[in-house]
Amino acid sequence: MRKACLDMVYELARKDKRVFFIGSDLGIGTLQKFKDEMPERFFMEGISEANMVGMAAGLAMEGKIPYVNTIATFLTRRCFEQVVIDLGLHNLNVRLLGNGGGLVYAPLGPTHEAIDDIAIMRTIPHMTVIAPADADEMRRVMLQSLDHKGPIYVRVAKGGDPIVTNDRIPFEIGKAFEIRPGRDALIVTTGITLKIGLEAATRLRSEGINTGVLHVPTIKPLDYRTIVGCAAEVSVIVTVEEHNILGGLGGAVAEIVSEANLPTVKRFKRIGIPDIFADKYGSQASLMRDFGITTENIIATIKNLLRFQDSSEKLIEPELVKEI
Amino acid sequence: MRNFPTPVDKTKTIKLDERSKYLRHRIIATLQATRRGHVGAALSLVEILRVLYDEILRYDPTNPQWPDRDRCILSKGHGCLALYVVLQDKGFFPEQELWRFCEEDGLLGGHPEVKVPGVEASTGSLGHGLPIGIGLALHARHEQANHRVFVIVGDGECNEGSVWEAALCAAKHRLSNLTVLIDYNQYQSYGPTRDVQNLEPFARKWEAFGFVVREIDGHDVKALQAAFSAVPLEVNKPTAIICHTLKGKGMSCTEGNMKWHHKSGISDEEIQQLQEALEVY
Repeated sequence: MRKACLDMVYELARKDKRVFFIGSDLGIGTLQKFKDEMPERFFMEGISEANMVGMAAGLAMEGKIPYVNTIATFLTRRCFEQVVIDLGLHNLNVRLLGNGGGLVYAPLGPTHEAIDDIAIMRTIPHMTVIAPADADEMRRVMLQSLDHKGPIYVRVAKGGDPIVTNDRIPFEIGKAFEIRPGRDALIVTTGITLKIGLEAATRLRSEGINTGVLHVPTIKPLDYRTIVGCAAEVSVIVTVEEHNILGGLGGAVAEIVSEANLPTVKRFKRIGIPDIFADKYGSQASLMRDFGITTENIIATIKNLLRFQDSSEKLIEPELVKEI
Repeated sequence: MRNFPTPVDKTKTIKLDERSKYLRHRIIATLQATRRGHVGAALSLVEILRVLYDEILRYDPTNPQWPDRDRCILSKGHGCLALYVVLQDKGFFPEQELWRFCEEDGLLGGHPEVKVPGVEASTGSLGHGLPIGIGLALHARHEQANHRVFVIVGDGECNEGSVWEAALCAAKHRLSNLTVLIDYNQYQSYGPTRDVQNLEPFARKWEAFGFVVREIDGHDVKALQAAFSAVPLEVNKPTAIICHTLKGKGMSCTEGNMKWHHKSGISDEEIQQLQEALEVY
């Protein structure tokens, strides 16, 4: 996905002279073709995120479209105030490309794990927040990023994520996509969790539980109409994200579904990182397993919620789903 | 090598001419209307802004977004009272706006925002102006445009790491179209800069970061004219002009008086005291 993202920056820059690239201290050879062919619009500015964001703001004030790229934690946590003031307050057309959103950098430990990037970016007025599911969707996202008004944060997963979207899912900023309709339960996903959401829905269907999948690549602005419309059809809703369960997709969906005051009771659960830092290394997959961001846990959670939907009996939490 | 080897004589008292007094009267009048503001930080800035807007910057108040204008960012946004009176004096917005400073439906707030005609960037949180100025200067170079970029930073603001990240970057790109003006009044909110976070050797720091540096008296109009007219001082370097100033300059009761860094609830008696002190300065 990262390669698709940067390839698209090059393609966009070739066709549109407003496109600039600003990197921090990225790997040697990053966007070499861009640098060779358009050196006057290529900047590698060192480990100085505050300056990079301010510099991007200055360029955007003059009508340019800077794409700023570094590791997601540094682009969101380190220079948060620059992102809020320079980009959000001024409502500038800067695109932030955060590498390694979620648990991608598991071997490098919690300093590099972007477990809060969506929550952080969601709180900034004017900011658009997008988490593509795979490299194909990333290409569609990048095409739309060119002429969108205001700043955008794009969560970039690692390379080689399975391709689960296709051209029949026409990405549009601000739209959620009902990949499968469901009558019993709804799985809401963002980013790479679409894959396990689809797997869980398939297996649940084979067991007679009609489960829908709603893919939400744009977490802000949230597609209120589609999300609430799908939620209205089911009794159980589970959100799945590679992110702290505080402030991310689950929180966002809970907010709008609660405020929709739907006529029927909904059972609801957020699956994600249970507000803790990882205390292990391993891999993205192993940490996701530890946190219960898995097909099996989605299935178990939905079955559990369905079992008790009409009962006054206390809901029993599956072992993997930690209580906050 | 230092361009101005003779240190500025901080004991010398620069008298204020009529225009400098007039602009300070406007600041007092604005305070009279609203009873609050960062007074000391505005008063140290008056001559810097006056010289810039009277003689150096190219701009068109009837067309604030004129593409060929010079860009000037007041990065120490809390000095905005001085900026507002100068911009109003030049016709960027009507006089009535001064009397609504910080009011609910007023145009002018306690820190400058881009909705104000003539303001290039919303500032107030410190350490933002110089990185933005770099983006503006890179754009000007990219477009082969002749306009220049001036960023006014405070001395306390130079505690921020982002200022020095930007200093490295400006020098790397040899941005001779970028000038940093430092209002070195040597006081920040808590006290003298030498006690809170010592900046010295200040000029040598900017030189070491790759700037060509001038040091001048920031209230000496002729010295400011000469220095600002001379930029860029070198073809391949950004310029830093350290303007030695007095916090609260122009009234004996405000000079170096930390009570006036930010003041609210300013009384009629205090307004009168300011006016009288300015008259006899």
